Amino acid sequence: MDHFIQLFVRSIFVDNMIFAFFLGMCSYLAVSKTVKTSFGLGVAVTFVLLITVPVDYLLQTKVLADGALAEGVDLTFLAFILFIAVIAGIVQLVEMIVERFSPSLYAALGIFLPLIAVNCAIMGASLFMQQRITMEPTSTQYIGSISDCIAYALGSGIGWTLAIVGLAAIREKMAYSDVPKPLQGLGITFITVGLMAMAFMCFSGLKI
Amino acid sequence: MSLFSKENGEVFKSPLNLNNPVAVQVLGICSALAVTSQLKPAIVMGLSVTVITAFSNVIISLLRKTIPNRIRIIVQLVVVAALVTIVSNILKAYVYDVSVQLSVYVGLIITNCILMGRLEAFAMQNGPWESFLDGVGNGLGYAFVLVVVGFFRELLGFGTILGFQVIPDSCYMENGGLYFNNGMMTMPAMALILVACFIWAHRSINKEQ
Repeated sequence: MDHFIQLFVRSIFVDNMIFAFFLGMCSYLAVSKTVKTSFGLGVAVTFVLLITVPVDYLLQTKVLADGALAEGVDLTFLAFILFIAVIAGIVQLVEMIVERFSPSLYAALGIFLPLIAVNCAIMGASLFMQQRITMEPTSTQYIGSISDCIAYALGSGIGWTLAIVGLAAIREKMAYSDVPKPLQGLGITFITVGLMAMAFMCFSGLKI
Repeated sequence: MSLFSKENGEVFKSPLNLNNPVAVQVLGICSALAVTSQLKPAIVMGLSVTVITAFSNVIISLLRKTIPNRIRIIVQLVVVAALVTIVSNILKAYVYDVSVQLSVYVGLIITNCILMGRLEAFAMQNGPWESFLDGVGNGLGYAFVLVVVGFFRELLGFGTILGFQVIPDSCYMENGGLYFNNGMMTMPAMALILVACFIWAHRSINKEQ
């Protein structure tokens, strides 16, 4: 139980998808213009993570791993193709659900909703999960069961949402500041994210 | 049309500078930031992306008339994923230490926006040779940013370039000098700020954008 909570909190603050691993940067920079849209995208990303990581975990441990399917069969080289197929399928599903229940959010997210399929945060979470299975069980990052997977996916999603909503709020305020011409837009956003990442570095000694 | 005509030269050159995928189009930022704490992984990553972009562009361009429009994204993803699997296994076989350093970021080339962007915007409309040039150009444009950022982060963070000590030992604090390495440079936060500086410099030079 301890490990479960630790994994959850660590993946929000310490192993934050944006500030520690730079995953999902493209949509992070492009969508973070208003707080409302960015919150919607954050929720969509969290939802997709919550389904894909456990499904990929089951695929990895029950099908792909060495000797899991049949003695002496190692299918780990298929991991990339299978993971991306799972992600693309689930994103299609989420797209249909959002279109049905919240047309305004669907319009606001625009092209970035189908692009969640190629959002590195989603693929990255599955690949990190694959890496963390092989770690020592005593490590704070170890994932050993489906519940660990859910904690990790939920934590990463919330961390990503936190980061994008924070940046959107800063950018809304920054509209009134006087930024040098060549630095406007992309440049200053990068520097803001850098400063936010430095602030998040102070969580790195966090122990529960 | 000849293979080295002026238009083809333009297709190759424009992503290197004016249409740089990282600095201007803001694509493929994730890995550009994550693998640049040293120069060597940055170079390996840049080359891998160049190879994958070029060949996925060629394959999709050859298939472009046979792919049904509705399922083109899946087809593109499968082609890219297969190429990434090949490159990842080659890296594991020949430069194992770098592939450990790059960890998940090799796999993440699949979701690199430069690839999907080029496939959608260029390879679906153009012939194989133009697509090849476009892929190499975009890959090298990406590699260029990685190498610049990796160079400065390794020089200022460790005092080395490609693992060779370039700042003389006698300059360091512990040997009676005045210099010490800036540990901040090895942290993720500085990668963002260095890329911001790169973009700033790039936009100041190319004013018309």
